[in-house]
Amino acid sequence: MWDYSEKVMDHYRNPRNVGKIDNADAVGEAGSLACGDSLKIYLKIENGIVTDAKFQTFGCGSAVASSSILTEMIIGKTVEEVKKITNKDIADQLGGLPPEKMHCSVMGYEALEDALQNYNNMTDLDDLRNEKKEEKIVCTCFNVTENMIWDAIKQNGLKTVEDITNYTKAGGACGKCKGLIQDIIDTYYKKEENESNKPTLSPAQRILKINNIIETQISPELRKDGGDITLVDIDENRVLVKLRGKCSGCKNSHLTLKAFVESTLRETVDKNIDVIEVA
Amino acid sequence: MSLIYLDNNATTKVAPEVLEVMLPYFKEEYANPSSIYEFAKNANHAVRDARGVIKDFLNAENEKEIIFTSCGSESANTAIQGVLNMNKNKRHIITSKVEHPCVLNLYQTLEKQGYKVDYIGVNSNGELDLAQLEEAINYDTALVSIMYANNETGVIFPIEKISEIIKSKNKETKFFVDAVQVSGKIPIDVQAAGIDLLGISGHKFHAPKGIGALYVNSKTLITPLIIGGHQERGKRAGTENVPYIVGMAKAAELAVDSLKYEASEVKRLRDKLETGILKKVFNARLNTGAANRVPNTSNIGFEYIEGELILLHLSDLGICASSGSACTSGSLEPSHVLRAMNVPFTAIHGSIRWSLSRYTTEKEIDYVLDVLPGIINKITSLSPYQEELENLKKLKGF
Repeated sequence: MWDYSEKVMDHYRNPRNVGKIDNADAVGEAGSLACGDSLKIYLKIENGIVTDAKFQTFGCGSAVASSSILTEMIIGKTVEEVKKITNKDIADQLGGLPPEKMHCSVMGYEALEDALQNYNNMTDLDDLRNEKKEEKIVCTCFNVTENMIWDAIKQNGLKTVEDITNYTKAGGACGKCKGLIQDIIDTYYKKEENESNKPTLSPAQRILKINNIIETQISPELRKDGGDITLVDIDENRVLVKLRGKCSGCKNSHLTLKAFVESTLRETVDKNIDVIEVA
Repeated sequence: MSLIYLDNNATTKVAPEVLEVMLPYFKEEYANPSSIYEFAKNANHAVRDARGVIKDFLNAENEKEIIFTSCGSESANTAIQGVLNMNKNKRHIITSKVEHPCVLNLYQTLEKQGYKVDYIGVNSNGELDLAQLEEAINYDTALVSIMYANNETGVIFPIEKISEIIKSKNKETKFFVDAVQVSGKIPIDVQAAGIDLLGISGHKFHAPKGIGALYVNSKTLITPLIIGGHQERGKRAGTENVPYIVGMAKAAELAVDSLKYEASEVKRLRDKLETGILKKVFNARLNTGAANRVPNTSNIGFEYIEGELILLHLSDLGICASSGSACTSGSLEPSHVLRAMNVPFTAIHGSIRWSLSRYTTEKEIDYVLDVLPGIINKITSLSPYQEELENLKKLKGF
C-alpha cells in the first residue's frame, strides 16, 4: 500500500492531456516495456513557447501522475523555462512521491529532456545524443547510464545506493552494479568537496583568470574552425562575449557558447557563470 | 461501497466460528498449558485436541508429528534448517524457481554458507520440469523442497510423483512441501503422498495471522529453530499460543467440511470470472494455460498496461486483488514466478492474481465482470503501444 498524495491520486484517476499530437514539434521517450514503465511525450512549440503537450504512459499510478502533471507544468512555458524543469520539480508539484517511486518523476524528466533534444535537432546536438547513447551503462538490468545517475545525484542530493535505486532503478534487480554506483557517489562528492575547497578569487584575480582561460583554452579552439571570441565585460557571474569570424552568425553559435565556452568557464572558474553573447 | 475481497491467497478473513472458539482462551482459560494445577487442564487439553485435528487435517500417522509454529515462514525455516543441521555431511539442496520468497531467500543465505542449491524450472504454464528434478538428485542431496501449489498461479505440483522420483534416486533425501497455498483448498494426505515434512499457515484458511504448523514424520529428525523450553517435544520452544492453536484447529475442521464446496462452487465462480474476463477484454491472457490448479486462483495478464494502475482503479471500487507487477511491491522486478514461466514482457507487468474464497459470492463476481472492462479500457487508452494494441485486437477477432 502506497501513501500517495491527494494530487497523485487525482492525476492517475483523471489524467490530463492524454494522447498524441499529430505532427508534434517534438516527441520524447523514456523507459521501456521490459522495464515495466515507459512514457512518450508530444510537444507543440510555437515561437519558443510550448502551446500544447500530450502524453502516453505505460506504468503505475505515480508514473501516470508524473506524466500528467508534467504536461500541465510545461504548457504555456517557454522552451528555456521548460529546460530548467527537473525530476524534483515534478515530484514537488505532485506533493511528493514515496521514495521507491521517485524513479517515476525521473522518467518524466528524461522524456522531456529527450523531447527537447529532439526539438533542437541540430547536428551538434545529434552528436551529443549519439555520444550519450554510447556512454557507459552502469545498470544493465534497467539500462541506466552513468550520466543518469550523475544527474539524479545532482538534482536530488542523493547520498546512498538505495537512494539511487529509488530514483533511477539502477541496482534494483540483480544488484551487481551496486559497487559501481557507490563509486559514482564517492566520485561525485569528492569532486564537490574539491570544488568547494578551491580558494576564492578576488574580483581582479577572477577577471584575470576568465580572460586567461578565454585566451589560452577557448580562443585557440574556435580559431581552428575559423572563428574567434573576445571578452567584452564581466558583471559578477555574467560573462559578456562577442563571437567573431565564422562563429558570428553561425547557426550553431548558441551551442558553441553554451556547450563549450560556458561549460569550460564553469568547470575552471565558477559553476555559476553564465555566458552571454553581445553584438 | 461494499468490499469485494479477491485476494485470499494473500490472507483470508477469520471465520466467525473460529473467532468464537478462540475467545474463551483469552478471557477465562488463559492458563499456561504446561502448568500443573487443575486450572491449566482445559488449556492443555485444548492444545492436545487441536493437535489431533491438525493430524487428521493432514492425515498424519501420529499427533507427535505435528509442531505448532507462528506462521508459514517459520514452518519452512524450521523444516529446512532442521533437516540440514541433522545431515551435516550432505551439502546439496533442490528447490524450484517459483518457491515463496521465504524459501528462496533462505536458500540464497545457505548458498553463501557453502551449500549447492539447484533451482528447478517450470514451463510456460507454470508446471514443474520433473525430468530436470530427477536429474538433479544425487548421493549428496540432503533435501528437496517443493511447494504444493504456487501462490501466484495456483498451479499444483504433482507431489506424490515427485516423492516417488526422490525416493527412487536417493532414499536418504528428505522431502519438504510448502503447503501454505493448498491447505483448505484441496485434501492433503502426507502419508499417501510420501511427504517427510510439510508446512501450513492458518491465515490462508480463515484462521488468524500468527499461527502455523509443521508436520515432521517420525522417521525424520530435525533440530529446533527456536531453542528454549520443552514445548512441542523440544522441536519449538515458546509457550503455546493456545487461542490461536484452538482457532487454527477450528478453521481446519471448517475447511475439511467445505472441500467439496471449494472443488465445485468456488471453482465454478473462479471459472466464471476467468472466462468472462477473457471473453470481454481483448488484451487479457490466461497465464497458466491448461495447468492443473487449486480451485480458487486465476492469474490473468493484461497486455501493454501496468498492474498497479489496474489495482488502484479496482480499489477505488472496493475490489481487492493483487499483481505480479514490480510497482505494487516496491521491488523493481516483476514476479519471479511469471518470469520463470517466461510470460512475455507485454503481459508480465499487467498480470493480476484473483483469489477467491468460500465467502465469495456470484454477485461479487458479476460486479467485477461488469466494471473491469471499463477500467482496462481506460488504462489501455493511456498506453503508448496503441499500434500493438490495435494489432492484438484484430488478431483476437474483437
